[in-house]
Amino acid sequence: MFGKLSLEAIPYHDPIVMLAVIGSIALGLVIMGLISYFHKWHYLWTEWLTSLDHKKIGIMYIILALVMMLRGLSDAVMLRSQQAIAMGSAGYLPPDHFNQVFSAHGTMMIIFVAMPFLTGLVNIVVPLQLGARDVAYPFLNSISFWLTASGAMLVMVSLGVGEFSKAGWSGYAPLTELQYSPGTGVDYWLWSLQIAGIGSLLTSVNFLVTILKMRAPGMTLMRMPIFVWTTLCTSVLMLFSFPVLTVALAMVTLDRYLGMHFFSNDFGGNMMMYANLFWIWGHPEVYIVVLPAFGIYSEVSATFSSKRLFGYTSMVYATAAIMVLSFSVWVHHFFTMGASPNVNIFFGITTMIIAVPTGVKIFNWLFTMYRGRVRFTTPMLWTLGFITTFAIGGMTGVLLAAPPADFVLHNSLFLVAHFHNVLIPGALFGYLAGYAYWFPKAIGFALDEKWGRRSFWSWIIGFYLAFIPLYILGFMGMPRRMAHYDNPAWQPLLIIAAAGTMLIMFGVLCQIIQLVVSIRARHSHRDLTGDLWDGRTLEWATASPPPVYNFATVPVVHDIDAFTDMKEKGTAYTRPDHFEDIHMPKNSACGLISGMLTLVFGFAMIWYIWWLAIASALGMLITIIIRANDDESHYTIPAAEVEAMENKRLHDMLAAAGTAR
Amino acid sequence: MVSKKYCRQVASEVSPINAKKAGMYHSLLQQGWVKLLPALAAFLLGGCSNLVLLNPKGPIGETERFVILLAFALMLLVVIPVIVMAFWFPWKYRADKSRADYDPKWSDSGKIELVIWLVPAVIVTCLSVLIWYTTHHLDPYKPIVSTSKPVNVEAVSLDWQWLFIYPDENIAVANQLVFPAHVPLNLRITSDTVMTSFFIPQLGSQIYAMAGMQTRLHLLANEPGSYAGQNQQYSGEGYAGMNFKAVATTAEEYAAWLAESRKAPQKLDLARYEQLAKPTTDTSVAYFSSVEPGLFDSIIHKYMTMTDMPPADGTAEDMPMKPMHDMHHMKGN
Repeated sequence: MFGKLSLEAIPYHDPIVMLAVIGSIALGLVIMGLISYFHKWHYLWTEWLTSLDHKKIGIMYIILALVMMLRGLSDAVMLRSQQAIAMGSAGYLPPDHFNQVFSAHGTMMIIFVAMPFLTGLVNIVVPLQLGARDVAYPFLNSISFWLTASGAMLVMVSLGVGEFSKAGWSGYAPLTELQYSPGTGVDYWLWSLQIAGIGSLLTSVNFLVTILKMRAPGMTLMRMPIFVWTTLCTSVLMLFSFPVLTVALAMVTLDRYLGMHFFSNDFGGNMMMYANLFWIWGHPEVYIVVLPAFGIYSEVSATFSSKRLFGYTSMVYATAAIMVLSFSVWVHHFFTMGASPNVNIFFGITTMIIAVPTGVKIFNWLFTMYRGRVRFTTPMLWTLGFITTFAIGGMTGVLLAAPPADFVLHNSLFLVAHFHNVLIPGALFGYLAGYAYWFPKAIGFALDEKWGRRSFWSWIIGFYLAFIPLYILGFMGMPRRMAHYDNPAWQPLLIIAAAGTMLIMFGVLCQIIQLVVSIRARHSHRDLTGDLWDGRTLEWATASPPPVYNFATVPVVHDIDAFTDMKEKGTAYTRPDHFEDIHMPKNSACGLISGMLTLVFGFAMIWYIWWLAIASALGMLITIIIRANDDESHYTIPAAEVEAMENKRLHDMLAAAGTAR
Repeated sequence: MVSKKYCRQVASEVSPINAKKAGMYHSLLQQGWVKLLPALAAFLLGGCSNLVLLNPKGPIGETERFVILLAFALMLLVVIPVIVMAFWFPWKYRADKSRADYDPKWSDSGKIELVIWLVPAVIVTCLSVLIWYTTHHLDPYKPIVSTSKPVNVEAVSLDWQWLFIYPDENIAVANQLVFPAHVPLNLRITSDTVMTSFFIPQLGSQIYAMAGMQTRLHLLANEPGSYAGQNQQYSGEGYAGMNFKAVATTAEEYAAWLAESRKAPQKLDLARYEQLAKPTTDTSVAYFSSVEPGLFDSIIHKYMTMTDMPPADGTAEDMPMKPMHDMHHMKGN
């Protein structure tokens, strides 16, 4: 009846885990209680959970990312504190627990923090920058989100029911085979990644079509904002690489569930094939999460330098070059597998070549500030912090691309320091810059600058404290993923790294405070102009937050910096002669329902509850059929209503301008 | 007290200079200082010698250090200007300072574009030439040229310990690798469990160990000493303890060690091997005075089944299986 599931699956013998589980459940109950108390269930259902509005889906993505980031960071604190004390002793985390924590940390940070964070920003911003009213497939967007969310929930469930994978986030075979990992941990990893991966694949289709087909009139490809360009390239990368992950995970699933031998030691299985497949997805994945952040830095550096982006064309070609090259470098993840020198040299050189377009981008941002008027707002601070820190991360990356260097640095803490040094400044700082930059656009009021700056300084100083010691430890010969060790020379640096992690946590605390302070001061921070930063692209041409239809009349584009161009020509705030009816997609609960059924399906597969798996799979199919037969998926906003909303916006803007004077 | 044990080992086995430092550190320990202080003292007293990758003890590690330092220096040619400009530009053009020139439309310059594409490209070209030569030179499968006859060792990674078989001497040792300095060490490596990575940081170059196939590694120690050896690829529960000592000796010490090993009471027959291969976190050193003939090959072959078994009268060289797994082997290296 319940497959492998029994009460034994609840880790009540582990106080740390139980505390986390009870805390999570309690927090969930408090939130649900508050929603009930304020009678917000209906509002939540109609305005958020079933919404197909790209802006709201984007905000839900970002909330998901931020919640998962708190868990991923708690894991980081556990890992670093364990290593700070586990010199010649077991520390406080036994290997069984430590191994789950680092596997979960990696999986969550990449799949459930970076991916939803960037997808959220893309969702909110790209249709606005294109001058579009929604994405190409609003319902698909909702499905993508709920698939990602159900994958994340599955990881959370693994905390309290069963265990998480102990095979690392990359799940190298044959450690993930049933023979070496008989528990349910690897299955949680498999299904959560698989479900979220399919969500990402659908997102990529959506944005590819949106960008190619739904640009405002006049917006040629070479007039698209750089953030749109980077999203386009990221979508292409996702479209080509995620199916490889899907297949690789499916093969591991077949090995584990049906006793096949794709990656096993015996019967012709080939573990090296898994490493290849995983990194054929895994390396483009790095650029999937990094490229949109590069787009954000481009937008932010142009806006806050009050100047055009330097070298737009070369920025576009650099992005496209990175997109193409990122598929030709994956073997650098395993130079030490015994391939011949020529194979290693090929992949070493292709990896180094990627440094050229990346370097060009860095110089472009620097020359964007040159002869500009640089405003040191929070998003700009994140950008400057990125440029300096990422230069170091890029340098260590090129170093690792040299096979002789990799032979001694591979799988060491130097490697750990390197990819954190690329992904934290290269991706996360960008998302945080985008979060601060577009928050007023999406929500309608600005974030508090003072707490934003405090957060930035804690993050950046904490980052150097946490990761420079790891670089040194790599040279001291310390491998990654050590639950304990007995070399006393490593300990002082690990203690410094742990202190750095605490400082990063303080930075996160500053961000939570920033959010609370900003919400309390929302009336004084409110942005009625829609153009808080003197923006240059179309998202600033509409209200903050934008109306459901984004633009009352579709804007016409004449320049890369379309909105700056409109402001200069005096056409920015002209009231259209007449308004038209606008057709928008209706809410649909089908995305939410199929996402939740996927969660049940994943859970059932993990615990071998076959009847439930079949029932939930059928449920998903029926939900999609019902949705496919819904012929009234759109509704019309009458022209008069649009006019009233636009009039109110103009009135508020004038009133705000009046008080400002 | 693991730390005490560690420092005694260091004191007795490493070069005289380090032994002196370790001795000082040992005396600090004996004063009964609080737990963190010995670690700090080791760090400060150890200084640069703790950066083992920059303090290699063999030609492979030395070349790798050379590549790291040269590549690092070349890249600083770009990285230092970037960091300087990242502070200088925003400061010079900060909004609250109006004297600097402001040109909001200025957005391209052929000269700057040329420089920012060309300079990184030239550096990458130089680095490519560097890695072309050094990667060929450091091919782990390439024997090290030497007048001495190399020592052959077959390394097997188990859950979670290392077994070293000396096929020419018919002995085996678990969790300790002893070999003469100044003599090439030729390793054939496999795994009887998941994927692992064989690595002695101070000698250079690691390589994966994988079941059903063999990888090769050629190392050489320039001076006698005891070097840390480890599994560098996460392999589950007992991974963190999967360490061994790699002891480079003088020729005389090695001969004596071989003679001593042959007297060991234990013999590594198949039954004893099966027992050894069971998962354990016990990595204590064990000596075996004789080894089942062909043990290493049989560990590899047991993962080859029906479809890729050689014909009964075939030799290992004719085997059609797994051509990818040992590309160098196929080429006849």
